[in-house]
Amino acid sequence: MPQKNVKDIEKEDVLKGPIRAGEIDFGFRKEIAASPGGEKLRHCYQCGTCTSDCPIARFSDSYRPREIIRMAQLGLKKRVLSSNTLWLCAACYTCTDRCPQDVEVASVIRILRNLAVKGKLIPSPFKELGKNIVETGTAYRIPELRLKKRAKTGLPPLPKSNIKAIEKLAEATGFSQMIKQSD
Amino acid sequence: MTEEKQNPDQKFLLFLGCAIPYRETSYEISTRKVLQGLGIELVEMPEYNCCGLPLDPVNHEMMLLLAARNLCLAEKEKLNVIALCPGCAGTLRKVNKKLKENKELREKINEQLKKTGLEFRGTIEVKHLLQMLAEDVTLEKIKAAITKPLSSFRVAEHSGCHVTRPAGEIGFDNSEDPEVFKSLIEATGSRYVEYTDKTACCGAPIAGVDDRIPLALSREKLANIKEMGGELLVTVCPFCHMMFDTNQPRIERIFNEDFKIPVLHYPQLLGLAMGFSEEELALNELRVSPSKITSKIS
Repeated sequence: MPQKNVKDIEKEDVLKGPIRAGEIDFGFRKEIAASPGGEKLRHCYQCGTCTSDCPIARFSDSYRPREIIRMAQLGLKKRVLSSNTLWLCAACYTCTDRCPQDVEVASVIRILRNLAVKGKLIPSPFKELGKNIVETGTAYRIPELRLKKRAKTGLPPLPKSNIKAIEKLAEATGFSQMIKQSD
Repeated sequence: MTEEKQNPDQKFLLFLGCAIPYRETSYEISTRKVLQGLGIELVEMPEYNCCGLPLDPVNHEMMLLLAARNLCLAEKEKLNVIALCPGCAGTLRKVNKKLKENKELREKINEQLKKTGLEFRGTIEVKHLLQMLAEDVTLEKIKAAITKPLSSFRVAEHSGCHVTRPAGEIGFDNSEDPEVFKSLIEATGSRYVEYTDKTACCGAPIAGVDDRIPLALSREKLANIKEMGGELLVTVCPFCHMMFDTNQPRIERIFNEDFKIPVLHYPQLLGLAMGFSEEELALNELRVSPSKITSKIS
C-alpha cells in the first residue's frame, strides 16, 4: 500500500513480465466469484470499456482496471494482490455502470483489496480510520474546539456513538485484531 | 410555507456522517436552515456511527455491519434517513437494499447484530439530500419558496459519484445523463452551465494514496467549467467540496492557473435564493471567496 509515493506506484512492474506456468493459482477466480460482487468476473471479454472510461486511468501511468481483471481471471494471485495500483481505484463505479458484460469491476477491485490485507498488517491510512471508528464511532476524531464551535453556532450537539457496540462488531469480524496487529 | 401541516414524510432522521462535522459544517448549517424553511423537520440520529464506507476496502464485512447498525437505529426511530454525504447515503442505501433482498446475507448480519441487541428488519428508506429534495419536498415547493431568483448566476454542478452510481444499486436519476441536480439548480433562477465530463469523479477517495491524480482531475473539471463560462460550482458532497474549494488555491499554484471559482454547497445556493443571509448560510467558511458572485444579489 503506497502512501503518496507516486513514483514508486507508477514505476511498479509487479503486473508486467512473462507469465510462468507455476505461478498460476487455479482456484483464484473461484475465490473471487464466491465473494459478493465478484460473481461475474468470468464474463469479462477484455473490451477495455472500464479502462477507457476510468477517470483515474487517464491520469495514471499504471492503473488499468482491465489489466487487473484479466490477471485475476488468469489466476495470477500473488502479482495482483501485491500490486500497489490496486489502491488507486476511487470507487466511482463508472466501470461497473458501463461494463457491457455486467462485471462489477469496482467490486472485484474491492474484493482483491480485502484479500490483499487478509491476515496482514492494515495499511496505515486505513488503520487510522479503523482505530478512530472503533474508539470514537466516527472516521475522524472531531476536535473539542469543533464541538464547542458547534454549540456556539447553535448546532445541536453531536450524538455520542455506542463504542461498546462497535467494539463487539469489530471483535466479531476480526477487525479489532487487524488494527491491533499493526501497532 | 412553514405553517403547512406536516405529514410523516416531512420528518427525517439526519445522518451527519464523519466528514461534515469534522471539516464541512457550512454544509450542515446551510442544510438545516434551508430545510427548516421548506417545512422539513430533522431529528438527530442517536448513537450513530460511521456509515462503514471507509473500511470497505479492507474489511467488507465490517462495512456491512457498521451500515446495518445505523439502519437498525433508524428503524427503532421509525423514520426514513437522509444523508448529506453521498458516500454515507450510497452506502446505507445499498446495504439497506441488499439486506432487504438477500435473506441469506440478512440472517448472517443479524446473527452478528444480535450481540449488540439489534435486528435488521428492513422497514425504512435512505436517501441523499438531492433525492429527498426532488422526491419529498418537490420542485414545485422549492420554486414557491424562492424570493430572490439568482438570475445573474452561471452555475455548474458536480454531484458526487455515489448520488447515482452504481446505478443498479442506487436507482436514482440517470447516472449517464443526470437531470435532477440541474432542475434543482434552475429552480433557484440560476442559469445552468453544462461542461465536459460533468459526471466524472473528482478523485477525492484516493487523495490519501496519491494526491497528484485527484488534483489533476479536479483541475481539469475546473478548467472545463471555466471554458464554458461557469462562475460558480455547486456540490453536494463534503469530499468533493474539499477537492474543489479547500484545494483550489493549491491547484492554482501547482498548475499555475487562475480559477477563483467559488464552490457552494447546494443548500447555500438555494438558501440565497430563499432570502437567507450569507451569515445564516455560513458562506464565510468557504475558502474561495464568493463575494464577486454574492455582490450581484440585489
